[in-house]
Amino acid sequence: MQLFLPIADIPVNMFLILAMGMAVGFVSGMFGIGGGFLLTPLLIFVGVSPAVAVASVSSHIAASSFSGALSYWRRRAIDPSLALVLLSGGVLGTAFGVWLFTLLRSLGQLDLIIALSYVVLLSAVGGLMFWEGLRAIHRARRGEIIPMRRTGAHGWIHGLPLKMRFKRSKIYLSVIPLIATGLMIGFIGAIMGIGGAFLLIPILIYVMRVPTGTVIGTAMALTLVTMILATVLHAVTNHLVDAVLALILMVGGVIGAQFGARAGQRIRGEHLRLLLGLLILSVGIRFAVELIIKPDDIYTIRQIGDGV
Amino acid sequence: MRSRTRIAIVAALAFGGLSGASSAHAERLIVSVSNHRVTVTPNYVGEELVLFGSVERDEKTPQNLPNYDLVVTIKGPGADMVTRRKERKFGIWVNTDSRQFLKVPAYLAVFANRPFDEMASADTQRRLQLGLKNTILTQRVGTDYADVVSTDPFRSAFVRLRMEHGLYREATNAVTFLTPTLFRTGIPLPAEVPIGNYDVEIELIANGALVTKTETAFEIVKVGFEQFVATNAQQNGLVYGLVTAMMALVTGWLASVIFRRD
Repeated sequence: MQLFLPIADIPVNMFLILAMGMAVGFVSGMFGIGGGFLLTPLLIFVGVSPAVAVASVSSHIAASSFSGALSYWRRRAIDPSLALVLLSGGVLGTAFGVWLFTLLRSLGQLDLIIALSYVVLLSAVGGLMFWEGLRAIHRARRGEIIPMRRTGAHGWIHGLPLKMRFKRSKIYLSVIPLIATGLMIGFIGAIMGIGGAFLLIPILIYVMRVPTGTVIGTAMALTLVTMILATVLHAVTNHLVDAVLALILMVGGVIGAQFGARAGQRIRGEHLRLLLGLLILSVGIRFAVELIIKPDDIYTIRQIGDGV
Repeated sequence: MRSRTRIAIVAALAFGGLSGASSAHAERLIVSVSNHRVTVTPNYVGEELVLFGSVERDEKTPQNLPNYDLVVTIKGPGADMVTRRKERKFGIWVNTDSRQFLKVPAYLAVFANRPFDEMASADTQRRLQLGLKNTILTQRVGTDYADVVSTDPFRSAFVRLRMEHGLYREATNAVTFLTPTLFRTGIPLPAEVPIGNYDVEIELIANGALVTKTETAFEIVKVGFEQFVATNAQQNGLVYGLVTAMMALVTGWLASVIFRRD
């Protein structure tokens, strides 16, 4: 069924968009990530302009992370104080990201920045995850016990001042690296149309040494707030949020996420990380190939105003 | 709104008729578009309008019928566009050079009954702006505003890309004469059609010179829900954003209630 999108100004197949939302929702439920890094390129592929795609996907991520965050909240797997500290950085980062998004759009380099950040971030994070997953599987085969938390191996991050006690996560940590992390995630999310959970979760686990139990729920709470903020800011500054597109994506996304979550519980942790790493890496490589090979057409047109 | 458009069209027809009558020849063009108001609804996937017309002759017109040629030019709403060219820098393809096109039609279609070269001299074609090649597309060149030669790489890339999307068209066999004086042509509107007012100019050419011309118009408007969403996104950005965010929360909450397992 064809449907004309009021802001994207193109007709799309409603069921195709719904299916895309569900597929990405499935992946996001399975790995506990927002899935924006998959959905934004998919939307661009079906003809939605990159700017509309980034702006609309943020509301889709808000929906799926809210449904996730609610169930984590019931299980007391969200650390509210940790989420608030991360958020204080996240809000600033998002605002700065939306501002830069508007600026780059006027300079004509937005597409390049989006593509470049995808290549660098996804290849690096995907590669690391893939490698870590492989090593974990290898160690498990040889029957070694994986040291989940090396006590005493605190890095320089744990020597920073302004320490705070986070009761639910049972950690004692400086707020400086947490605010900085929030700032970076919010900024990247607003520019790339991603929630950044796939970045935030490894940082919290491996760098901040937050216990895995509260990490995913807390990351979801942070994603929820930054993505709601990104939606509103994109709507105010760029007027590019397509509510109809967003609604179809959301409905598909939350349904897919339920099935994904069930599938994810049946797969072992290290295999899950390996799969996710592979997925992230392949999206990164796809963007790299697009930048390196000669485009079909070296010319592009973009409307810049109504000419009135 | 609708009646006002009608009046405008009648006026345009009358004016076209008058200007035609005052010329040496006494032909008049009477034209009509099948639909003066194309509405974009959620199930809009493109449309084709039909333009009908006839060449009216009176006693003053020479008895021997000349070979009439007809050119129909449809111009959509004006828009500022930028054409960018990618170049390889440090191993990756980046946008480097760009040109701004100012107030160029977002939709431009030129239909005729035979190739322009057979109708009129190159000079006349340029003067009458016949065909995409001769339509003025103003560019910002430094601090100047001017059209450039039709072989300019940016201009031809611009026209080519618009044509690939069906937004610029040129067909020199699209106008058909049903009788020597009665003609018709289709106006295909693609799905990604720009919203706004469209001007249609019909030029009658005989023996390599303009005999008369007339104008008509139609509009493409978003209506109902489409219009409601687009207007609010543009004018009430904050409310629109908040409503979208609320929608996300409600969807997420509903999902967690429906699929609750604990």
